[in-house]
Amino acid sequence: MKAHLMYKDRDFDLKGELPSNRQALTQDLELSTLFKSMALGDDFLFEVAKKAVLSGLNNLDTILYRQNILKDCLNNPSIIRDIYDITIESIERKKKTYFGFFNRYPSSILHSSIDVLQIFVDILKKLRIIADAHADKFASEGFRLFFTMLKKELGDEYFACVQNHLEELKFRNGVLISAELGEGNKGSNYILRKPQGKTQDKKESWVQRIFAKKQPVFTIFISERDESGARALSELKDKGINLVANALSQSADHILSFFNMLRTELAFYVGCLNLYERLAQIGEPVSFPLPVDAGERRHSFKGLYDVCLALSLEQKIVGNDVNADGKDLVMITGANQGGKSTFLRSIGLAQLMMQCGMFVPAESFSSNICQNLFTHYKREEDTTMNSGKLDEELGRMSDIVDKITPNSMLLFNESFAATNEREGSEIARQIISALLERRVKVFFVTHLYEFAHGFYDKKLKNTLFLRAERQNDGRRTFKLVDGEPLQTSFGEDLYNGIFGTGS
Amino acid sequence: MTFRSILFKRTEDCIKNETLEAPEFFIDLNLDQIVDAITAGWQEYNLKPFFYTSLNDSDAIYYRHEVMRDLENKILFEHIKSFAQRMRAMRGHLAQADKLHYKYQKKRWFLDAVETYCEAVNGLVIDLTLVDLKSSGFLAFREYISNYVKSGGFTSLLAETKKLKTDLSGIKYCLLIKDNSIKVRKYESEIDYSADVEETFEKFKQGAARDYRVKFSNYPDMNHVEAEVLSMVAQLYPEIFKNLDDYCEKCVNYLDETIGVFDREIQFYLVYLEYIGVLKQAGLKFCYPQISDKCKEVYNCEGFDLALAKKLIKENLPVVCNDFYLKDKERVFVVSGPNQGGKTTFARTFGQLHYLAGIGCPVPGREARLFLYDKLFTHFEKEENIKNLRGKLQDDLVRIYEILNQATTNSIIIMNEIFTSTTLKDAVFLSKKVMEKIIQLDLLCVCVTFIGELASLSGKTVSLVSSVVPENPALRTYKILRGPADGLLYAITIAEKHRLTYDCIKERINS
Repeated sequence: MKAHLMYKDRDFDLKGELPSNRQALTQDLELSTLFKSMALGDDFLFEVAKKAVLSGLNNLDTILYRQNILKDCLNNPSIIRDIYDITIESIERKKKTYFGFFNRYPSSILHSSIDVLQIFVDILKKLRIIADAHADKFASEGFRLFFTMLKKELGDEYFACVQNHLEELKFRNGVLISAELGEGNKGSNYILRKPQGKTQDKKESWVQRIFAKKQPVFTIFISERDESGARALSELKDKGINLVANALSQSADHILSFFNMLRTELAFYVGCLNLYERLAQIGEPVSFPLPVDAGERRHSFKGLYDVCLALSLEQKIVGNDVNADGKDLVMITGANQGGKSTFLRSIGLAQLMMQCGMFVPAESFSSNICQNLFTHYKREEDTTMNSGKLDEELGRMSDIVDKITPNSMLLFNESFAATNEREGSEIARQIISALLERRVKVFFVTHLYEFAHGFYDKKLKNTLFLRAERQNDGRRTFKLVDGEPLQTSFGEDLYNGIFGTGS
Repeated sequence: MTFRSILFKRTEDCIKNETLEAPEFFIDLNLDQIVDAITAGWQEYNLKPFFYTSLNDSDAIYYRHEVMRDLENKILFEHIKSFAQRMRAMRGHLAQADKLHYKYQKKRWFLDAVETYCEAVNGLVIDLTLVDLKSSGFLAFREYISNYVKSGGFTSLLAETKKLKTDLSGIKYCLLIKDNSIKVRKYESEIDYSADVEETFEKFKQGAARDYRVKFSNYPDMNHVEAEVLSMVAQLYPEIFKNLDDYCEKCVNYLDETIGVFDREIQFYLVYLEYIGVLKQAGLKFCYPQISDKCKEVYNCEGFDLALAKKLIKENLPVVCNDFYLKDKERVFVVSGPNQGGKTTFARTFGQLHYLAGIGCPVPGREARLFLYDKLFTHFEKEENIKNLRGKLQDDLVRIYEILNQATTNSIIIMNEIFTSTTLKDAVFLSKKVMEKIIQLDLLCVCVTFIGELASLSGKTVSLVSSVVPENPALRTYKILRGPADGLLYAITIAEKHRLTYDCIKERINS
């Protein structure tokens, strides 16, 4: 039995390693704000959100598979939260038993696994009841398969059969074990046998039964004072039930891991629900994005905002409309504090959210999926290290180049500005030209006029230039518009703004 | 030719009284280390007596060479190994039977021992027929063992053993354990309940699972409950256990003595080949030396000290090989030169080669002709013995006197730095006297000494020197070469290295 709510054909791996660029992404896109809003203080939800968002999907079908499941969740939030709570209950109640503790005696192992299985049977029945009551409210392929599976696998007959085993394994009529003579004629190959109940022999006539050759039976009694004999006896019994205790415990483990998996996979959607409800409170719109193949070049959206900024300001913020379809390079220049960084972050966040199957913070959004997302941001100078700032930047760049593949996306924010403009421009020019030739999609926020304008002069069809806008009165709109790179970044405005000397 | 022994060609060669005491010169030549290492892990065969006893006849030596050459065939080697392995398992079973108390346990272990023996013998016969054997030793043994397996005694032993084993392993019984009783009866095809349970929960399977099986200690002995169960099982199957009783009585002396002896003696070859195998892999050469009790023109190419080589290879260090030869009238190597240059190693190598040749083993080197000596003497500097009231010089002399008294013209003497505890003048005088005796006896001798003059005493002496790298005298080559015993050049280079030459000192001492 599998949940398969994250992938159609496999489990979601919470323990697997995160991509190596996780730290830079988390820092540059302020992802923890996003995770926190999804987790609402729950460590487990945080963990799952982080894992899911950072290990994005490269497969269109799977993205849509999750989108549909998420839509079901948004339509049935209370049912989803109920199921999620049931999975937690199973894990909590298991913790109160002795199951899973190290034990040297198969009989104790068997006993504790019977206890825990009894609990699990309860919980499975609850799941089954939910499936019976609400399955018809779900439209997505993922949930339809999930509920069908619950109904099929957890029928009344099955529960009866399990119950029967759990009773039988208490061995009220003694333990029947077969054995052979092993090394040195010691008993070996102990196998637990199911006694042939008298009821099974109905066909046998009473005549046959009377004349059946009676097999000799010998009986050994262990006297009550014979302690070592009693020990030997229970060891013999333990050898007999060793395998069944193992089978039963493993079954309990498997059911537990089913619950764990179900909990983990639902946790992602519960996180999405939390975020969705939060954004609704703020009044920010969300929409399901339209992903297209990685080989295409698409980036068009309306009202795209930086979800993390909205969450931390707890208010509606300015969104951007851009059409960058067919573009490999988007170069962003313009006024300081004009919303360039916020814009760049919203690009990265939307991409990550889309590629893990979530809704995106925009009125509408479509982009090509990317193989991998990298960020290269200007960093505060690290005083503990000897290597110069440019050295450090280029070091990080080199790490990225080690890992990047065609059809990945790379976000640059004020990179290579740690030297004079001419050198920085030349470095940037060489790097970006090479990346573009290797089919890497690039968003570049920069003040390097020579670099930016150099590309502008080439008049390439696959390049888009955006500029942080400034009204004629010097105030920023925080909206970006198409436009040629300009020589200054309106530092004067900033100066004036701060010093209050402006017009 | 009837087969007697794989180690000794003629019955009269067999060691009458196996000695556990190593020959006197063993420690000096590091042969003790070598034999210890060779036999380590194989104590149960008690092989040391074979390594402690030389052969005094070249035919006996060549008999072993032939067997050893046959065993250099990897396939045969492995066959013999697996035979030995089975024989060891057999002895293990017997020892186990001995340790146990309950009779049907003891008897089952005995049965296993016999079965293992039969497998060992049968396996060996088949293996030997498939191998191309050349040595008279192995050919005779093959004939012997082939006849043995065809004998009525062995075939009926084998048949009875197999039948009993099959009967016993066919036994299957059931225990019904309830409260403090166990009912024992035959098995009646009841289904495997664990599998049934497993199937019920199959649908929840999620990949690899933790193993909850408890490991029960598997001592060979039984507790009294197990023993009682076994005796009940014996009552369920009375005929089989009656057969087991009869069998154990009848087959007490199942082991053939000649095969038992072969199993031990063949180990002499196996352990030696295994030991030198490691060295061969490191690129060192071994050869079967020509042996003569007449010709003293011995030689060896690319020889080395077996004990030292083992140690160096373990530490991944290179092994330096040396050649030597004696021609015409030459009898005595006088080895001089810088310390730590391989002089003692050379002397040991000479001794080891002759000793190993004398017990019929291949020796270090690409090619060799060695002398079949009657006695081997060594005189290596010993720690001063406080309990001994005589002085060290006197000790040395007494020891030399004894050696020269016992030595014949067919002996070998190896002397390492004698008379170091006296004045140079005395040492020169005494050494010359001893050397004259040795030359007179016309025996083979290696003499490591700091007295260069000894090298030119007679036409019978050959001067060897340990050499150094000319550019850096601190670097030893460990090569021992024929050359004049001239210490001067060496001393100068050492002085240069320490900047203590005339010019250097003038320079260093500022006026």
